[in-house]
Amino acid sequence: MAELEIKPLTLNFGPQHPAAHGVLRLVLEMDGEVIERADPHFGLLHRGTEKLIEYKTYTQAIPYFDRLDYVAPLNQEHAFAMAVEKLLGIQVPPRGQYIRVLYCEMGRILNHLLGVATFALDVGAMTPILWAFEEREMLMEFYERASGARLHTAYFRPGGVHQDLPAGLLEDVAAFCERFPRHVDDLETLLTDNRIFRQRTVSIGVVSPEDAMDWGFSGPTLRGSGVAWDLRKSQPYECYEELDFDIPVGKNGDCFDRYLVRIEEMRQSVHLMRQCLERMPDGPVSTPDHKITPPRRAEMKHSMEALIHHFKLYTEGFHVPAGETYCAVEAPKGEFAVFLVADGGNRPYRCKIRAPGFAHLSAMDFMCKGHMLADSVAILGSLDIVFGEVDR
Amino acid sequence: MNEALRELGDTIAAARPNEVLSIEVANDELAVIARRAGIVKLLTYLRDDQNCQFKQLMDVTAIDRPEREERFEVVYNLLSLTHNQRVRVKIAADEEAPVASVVGVFSSALWFEREVWDLFGVFFSDHPDLRRILTDYGFEGHPLRKDFPLSGHVEVRYDEDLKRVVYDPVKLTQEFRNFDFVSPWEGILHLPGDEKASADEDATGAGEEAKS
Repeated sequence: MAELEIKPLTLNFGPQHPAAHGVLRLVLEMDGEVIERADPHFGLLHRGTEKLIEYKTYTQAIPYFDRLDYVAPLNQEHAFAMAVEKLLGIQVPPRGQYIRVLYCEMGRILNHLLGVATFALDVGAMTPILWAFEEREMLMEFYERASGARLHTAYFRPGGVHQDLPAGLLEDVAAFCERFPRHVDDLETLLTDNRIFRQRTVSIGVVSPEDAMDWGFSGPTLRGSGVAWDLRKSQPYECYEELDFDIPVGKNGDCFDRYLVRIEEMRQSVHLMRQCLERMPDGPVSTPDHKITPPRRAEMKHSMEALIHHFKLYTEGFHVPAGETYCAVEAPKGEFAVFLVADGGNRPYRCKIRAPGFAHLSAMDFMCKGHMLADSVAILGSLDIVFGEVDR
Repeated sequence: MNEALRELGDTIAAARPNEVLSIEVANDELAVIARRAGIVKLLTYLRDDQNCQFKQLMDVTAIDRPEREERFEVVYNLLSLTHNQRVRVKIAADEEAPVASVVGVFSSALWFEREVWDLFGVFFSDHPDLRRILTDYGFEGHPLRKDFPLSGHVEVRYDEDLKRVVYDPVKLTQEFRNFDFVSPWEGILHLPGDEKASADEDATGAGEEAKS
C-alpha cells in the first residue's frame, strides 16, 4: 500500500477567539494535533502611539500610556514620568514616591489577578475570573478615588503625582490589605492543587534560563525560569530601596511556575502596600517647581505668577533639555521601558515604548513547537499578553 | 556610577577598536557609537566577554533624523544581569544600505528588527523573516519616519455594495491642526539694540587687549 503524504494543516486561531487574549491571529501549521510552527499576526490594535506622542507635549503624552497595558495603567505612566524626570533632573518628594509605589503595587495586583484568572479560564476553570474581577473592582475604586478615573487615570505626572490622596482613602486601603491575602488563599485552593489545572500546565512551555535571556524575557516569565532578577531590587527606583520584599523565583520554567510566581508576587505586593501605608510621609506630592508642575487652584486665585504658570503649562508645556534616556520599570508583565529622545523643545523627538509582552510573544513559535494545540492556549495564557502594549 | 560606566566604555573601546567609534556617558547611561559594518561582531563580543556579559537584548529601535546624511540611528539596548549594567549601542543607517541582522546573536532581535523595518524602513540583511509586523497587510510606507504624515495616506470603511472593507485616500473634514504654542519670546536672546552695547564692549575689549 502506497504511503499517504499528509500535508500539514494550517489553522487560523483568532483574531476573534476568547482564548486569544484580545486580537491575536495565530497561524498554526499543524502535524495532526502537534504544532510545527506558530506564526502570530498582530497589530490589529496598532494605534501609532509612538507617532502620536511626537506631536504632543510631554503632559499630553501621559494619557497614551494608560491605553497601552490597560490592565495596569499606572505602571506604564511611571516609566514615562521617570524618563522625563531624568532628563529634567528633578526629584520627586517622598510622599509622591510612596504614593507612586503604593499605586504601582495595586497595579501589579490588578494585573496578576486578571492574568492568573484568564489563564485559568483558558485551561478550563471558570470560577477564578468571577472572584478576581470582584477584587479588581475594589482596587479600581481606589484608582478612581485618587484620580477620578477607574482605568485611564493620568495620575503620575512628571514631577510627582497629580494631586494628593483624599481623606480616608489610606484607611480603606489598609482594610483591603487585611482582607486580600485570604482572597489569594481562596484563589489558590481552586487552582494550585487542582488536578486538571496541573495536568494542563506542569511541564508545558518549558523555558530554560538561557533561552529566557536569549529571547529578552523579563518579569514573572524570566523569574519563572529561575533567574532572580527584579528591577525593583537590582536597579531600585523611587523608594523601593527602603522597603522590604522578596522576589519569588520558579524552578522549572513551565507554565505552572509562572503561575506560582504571579501568585506569590501578589502577596509580596500586599506586603509592600502595607509598608507604604505605615511609612507614608507628609508633605508635597509633587515637585514645587511650577515651571514643571501646575500650581494649586487656590493659589491661582490670588497669585498672578501662578496664573501665568498654569496658562503656560497647559498651552506650551515645559521644555525638556536635549538628551536621551532609556528608563525602565518593573511593570507587572516585565521590563517596561521608555526610550525618550528630547531635542530641547516642548515635545518628545522620539519616544520608543519597550513593551514586555512584545518580547514574550516573539518567543511563541519557540515555545509552542512540538506541543499540542490545546497547550498553545496554556502557553499564551501563562505569558500574560495584553495587546494594548504589544501593538502600541 | 559614572566612573564605572566610563571604565566599562573604555574597556569596550580598547577591546574592539575597529568597531567602536566613540563612547558617551550621559544621564548615568553608557552609549557606544559603532560602525555599521561591525555591529554583529561588537554585539557578539558584548554578549560573550567576561567583563560585559550583556546576555539580554532588551530593545532595538531607530531614530529618524532627516537632516543627516545617513538619516537613521539604529539603537540596541542591552542588559547584563551578571554585572547589573546597561549599554546602548548606536549605529548610523540610511534608506538603502542594509544593516547586518543580529538574529544569530540574540533571538529577541527577530521581532525587534522586523518592527524597525516596518516602522522606519531600515533594511536588515540576512534576517530570516523580514516581514511587516505592526501595520496592516499591504500597508505602504514607513509610518515612524518624520516625513510620513500623522494622518496617514489611507482610511478604511465598510462598503455596503461591495460587502467588504475598502481603502480610500484620507479625507479630513477639518484640516489637520498642528498647534504651535512655543513662545516666540524665549527664542530671542538679544533684544533689538543689544548689538550696539555688545559692539561697545567688543571695542573696549579690543582696546584693552591692544593696551596689554
